[in-house]
Amino acid sequence: MTTPPAPDGRGLSRRGLFSLAGAGVVGAGLGVGITAAVTQSTASTIRATDSFTFYGKHQAGIVTPAQDRLHFAAFDVSDITRAELAELLSDWTYAANRMTAGLGAGPYGPTSGPYEAPPDDTGEALDLPPSGLTITFGFGPTLFDSRFGLASKRPDALIDLPHFPGDALQPALVGGDLCIQACSDDPQIAVHAIRNLSRIAFGRASLRWSQLGFGRTSSTTRAQATPRNLFGFKDGTANMRAEDTAEVNKQIWVNAGDGADWMTGGSYLVSRKIRMTIETWDRTSLHEQETVIGRTKGEGAPLSGGSEFTEPDFSTLGREDKPLIDEKAHVRLAHPTSNKGAEILRRGYNFVDGNDDLGRLNAGLFFICFQRDPRTQFVPLQLNLAKNDAMNEYTRHVGSGIFAVPPGASSGRPIGAGLFD
Amino acid sequence: MIKRPTRVALALATSAAALLALSACVPNNPTSSDDSKALTVDSSKTACDVSTSTAPSGTLSFSIKNTGDQVSEFYLLADDGLRIIGEVENIGPGISRELVVQAKPGDYFTVCKPGMIGAGIGKTAFTVTDSGTDLAATGDDATAVAAAATNYVAYVKDQVEGLVTSTDTFLDAFRSGDVEKAKSLYATTRAAYERIEPVAESFGDLDPKIDFREADVEAGTEWTGWHRIEKDLWPPAAADNGGKTYVALTDAERTKYADLLKTDTASLNEAVHASDYTVSIDAISNGATGLLDEVASGKITGEEEIWSHTDLWDFQANLEGARVAYEGVRDIAEPKDAALVKQIDGEFTSLETLLAQYGSLDKGFKYYNELSTTEIKSLSDGVNALSEPLSKLTAVLVG
Repeated sequence: MTTPPAPDGRGLSRRGLFSLAGAGVVGAGLGVGITAAVTQSTASTIRATDSFTFYGKHQAGIVTPAQDRLHFAAFDVSDITRAELAELLSDWTYAANRMTAGLGAGPYGPTSGPYEAPPDDTGEALDLPPSGLTITFGFGPTLFDSRFGLASKRPDALIDLPHFPGDALQPALVGGDLCIQACSDDPQIAVHAIRNLSRIAFGRASLRWSQLGFGRTSSTTRAQATPRNLFGFKDGTANMRAEDTAEVNKQIWVNAGDGADWMTGGSYLVSRKIRMTIETWDRTSLHEQETVIGRTKGEGAPLSGGSEFTEPDFSTLGREDKPLIDEKAHVRLAHPTSNKGAEILRRGYNFVDGNDDLGRLNAGLFFICFQRDPRTQFVPLQLNLAKNDAMNEYTRHVGSGIFAVPPGASSGRPIGAGLFD
Repeated sequence: MIKRPTRVALALATSAAALLALSACVPNNPTSSDDSKALTVDSSKTACDVSTSTAPSGTLSFSIKNTGDQVSEFYLLADDGLRIIGEVENIGPGISRELVVQAKPGDYFTVCKPGMIGAGIGKTAFTVTDSGTDLAATGDDATAVAAAATNYVAYVKDQVEGLVTSTDTFLDAFRSGDVEKAKSLYATTRAAYERIEPVAESFGDLDPKIDFREADVEAGTEWTGWHRIEKDLWPPAAADNGGKTYVALTDAERTKYADLLKTDTASLNEAVHASDYTVSIDAISNGATGLLDEVASGKITGEEEIWSHTDLWDFQANLEGARVAYEGVRDIAEPKDAALVKQIDGEFTSLETLLAQYGSLDKGFKYYNELSTTEIKSLSDGVNALSEPLSKLTAVLVG
């Protein structure tokens, strides 16, 4: 049991508080410390009462054991000043620090405060434990245009993603100045986080697109079992794990000297909303499905043999000297050996957004990955897949985002403080 | 729509009948499997151990686990020890795979082939006793299968030969700048290609050159083929072109893209006329499903013909191609699963009738952007209704 650091005494800005509870309460209740004791877990199963501290060298929600639910949101920043942007990030830090500890977004909480003022927390998380909530913030390329004087701060690695063959991106599902990834084992907790953070942002930033996800499709620690995606296959068997510290430092965290200094200890997030044409997929034979993936559907073993965690052998030949793992199999093309050793940390979720006009489930994978430099990791990997992957016949990339995820916050240093130094 | 309740009622009736049929021979407890018909095979380095040497006739399911260290195979052979009744190939070490066969009463042999060479090891007699189960006819359809392949290859050659000629006519109009004539020929000329699309796709790099949409092309790679020409014939407004004003092709560029399409079509023609070109029966059957998948993923969404909106022409051609592929193997499948064949027959007719409401290749179709959401959905439902039973055909054919 550890006690999280108390949030810094400044609390919410006047504007943030105004958003949450109306002007009447400014000056009251600022700087209420977090007194609830919380535990931090790295165990395989996140218990409902578990929480992850918001402050730290790195932001939580990256190597944190993947929770089961997601609410991801991208925001457009309104016509505000540089100082107001900094203030928004400070307010978000304040509220995120409280919510990840299981507290309300504002100092009063959902059922206290002036009776004639709206509560400073929306209330649906009341009586619910933190459920492993993590809140992770990121900055899109457009934040570094001329509006806030941040152009010189844009890291070289925060590129505009190229067009990948087959992309069917819908403008309404692409980009964003800011992003927030909220993950929790309780969907209501994740939604509560995004709802309250977007409320705090009203007038300063507004939702551009958002995505709910369920059924994590990757494990990020060794102790977690490999979950399945909507193709019915295990997904993320070969994902990097938090325990692989050396690899994580080499492939995930931005190191000192990598480029923009303010990003040291941060990472780059790429999101892709990938629609799966599951109706078509479900009509393909088991043989074809396993050939496309390159693994067995049951255990997830590579078709070259062994069990789930056996390293695939791409040179093993079958009949007519054809490789057991097809030349176009997903597992072959996504493997580090096909991509100059590049790896990414995957942290995606399944989604079903109702159905489309044709009566087909609007289903797929909301892909999220973290890496040290997208130029040498996600981009060449995705180019390779987009050109050659047999799976492309059953997928369509409809949404896309790239965000610089700054290092963690600390008392007195809100998220993204390095942008304004 | 009057049609839909009829179809739902039919589907329910079919399931009810199927359930009744099943209940006659399957234990009531749905969690217990029929152990006498579920067999395991241990394919090790030195042996091929089958859990039992006798089984009752009917559907047998062999679960083969390769416990050796080489890629293995498992065979169920006829009483002559040569003719293959069922086989599983490419079982990696440690991997399990199933072989499901319809076994008639008689004498058989089981054998494994670790390393995939030689006569195999552990060849053992295997007896199927008469359970009284009424088995679908299997018979030796080698002759019928060979005929199906020959016929389908002939069809492919015929379509591609026609494509070569009609493409020339189309390209002459395009080269000379006769836009109206080229536009009028565009969709009907493509039909021959769309009828055999999975065949074209099987030749690796030809389909990307001939039929890629703009979004399919990698940055830095030149976009060529039908859709490059389509965009020039139906030039988009800037708003539909990523905000950029579309610049028409010059005479020289038109000639260049026309020549490339002519060359690539000629290459396709050569490929299907190669002396060793043939197709397997499962490729024909899967090709039929593949053609409907093309409809489901590209045409029904209006993405294939994004500038000309002639998606229903492609739809019709895909459907015709699927019908030909299906008819080629239909009679081989019918004795094995008459109910499935009957269902596919019915759904083909339904979908053809539905599509005919929107036009024909001779008279032209409604353009995709003129269809209502309801109309598109009914077409999509029809594709699903046909694709689902059609996707079960291959297993029947090769089972």
